[in-house]
Amino acid sequence: MANKFLFVLTAVLFSITAHAKESAVDNYKTYCVQCHGLKGNGNGVNVRDMSVQPRDHTDAKSMSGRSDEMLFKVIKEGGPSIDKSILMPPWGDTFSDDEIKDLVQHLRQLCKCKFGS
Amino acid sequence: MKIKMLLPLVFVAIAAPALADDGMAIIKRDCVTCHNISGPAPQTLKEVWNLKGPNLAYAGNKYREAWLVSWLQKPQRIRPAGEFYGNHIKIGDKHDVVDEATLKDHMVLSKADATAVAHELMELKQHDDLIAQEKLEPGTGSKMMGEMMFDKFLGCMACHRIEPDYGGLSGPEVYTASRRLQPQFIASFIRNPQAWEPKTWMPNKHVSDANLQKLVYYFDALAAGEGNGK
Repeated sequence: MANKFLFVLTAVLFSITAHAKESAVDNYKTYCVQCHGLKGNGNGVNVRDMSVQPRDHTDAKSMSGRSDEMLFKVIKEGGPSIDKSILMPPWGDTFSDDEIKDLVQHLRQLCKCKFGS
Repeated sequence: MKIKMLLPLVFVAIAAPALADDGMAIIKRDCVTCHNISGPAPQTLKEVWNLKGPNLAYAGNKYREAWLVSWLQKPQRIRPAGEFYGNHIKIGDKHDVVDEATLKDHMVLSKADATAVAHELMELKQHDDLIAQEKLEPGTGSKMMGEMMFDKFLGCMACHRIEPDYGGLSGPEVYTASRRLQPQFIASFIRNPQAWEPKTWMPNKHVSDANLQKLVYYFDALAAGEGNGK
């Protein structure tokens, strides 16, 4: 019985470790920076040969034109889901929905803006 | 005289088992400081940030042995921004750039050591299960259509180079992919990158079976030196 409990506890702990939620800052730094840049201004290391330049997340004017729902959708399902570039891939298999929600809030901090402001 | 004749035989008899073990001995001595050889793949971002080289725990599922032998004797960078790319970029004038000063050259092995190491690496097959799921048909495809799919329809060139100076920098170059990698690995990794590396910075683009096949043909054409027209 004790062994069974230990096994279940270990399995649960392992599962928590394996799927621990990462912070938006850390996710942005790992995944988004490659295209959107260290400053978040759309000037990532990959941009030179891109036919469409990545969104400048510090641009309050353009970012305030996107609702939180739209930002969530484009992160999860990729550019074409909101009629934007294929170069923005779908990250739904990388981030949990909670992590994407946090990323949306992180984008709001980068642009210092809200939808419609 | 007889003793003189026997000496080389004794030497060979002693040396033979030692040679057989050399590959793993070299790996444990020289490779494990930068490469994971036993798994599991990184489960957290902090582990990803500490990456210094590719995960070799499934090297036998991934690489072509002949390529490994050759590359280890004359290593050339495959990932323009190294691994983990985030540790090797900096803000540039127009956009972020690779911080070359932070990138280190891979060690060079002798032919004998490269052969022994490659042989041992090919024994590391953590993901036979994933490889077994790939059913690829031998064949060739249109290079032009392949490039159109890779570049325009899937957008993969955002992160990968399709020739030495064209494409993105955060992923490995793909114009040598077919020389380096087993076709089933290419298909499987694109199909589900997170099954191999849960925290990889390559997204799952849900590429169809038919397009996976076309990508493998495209990489064959690129590696055969028939690069694109750009």
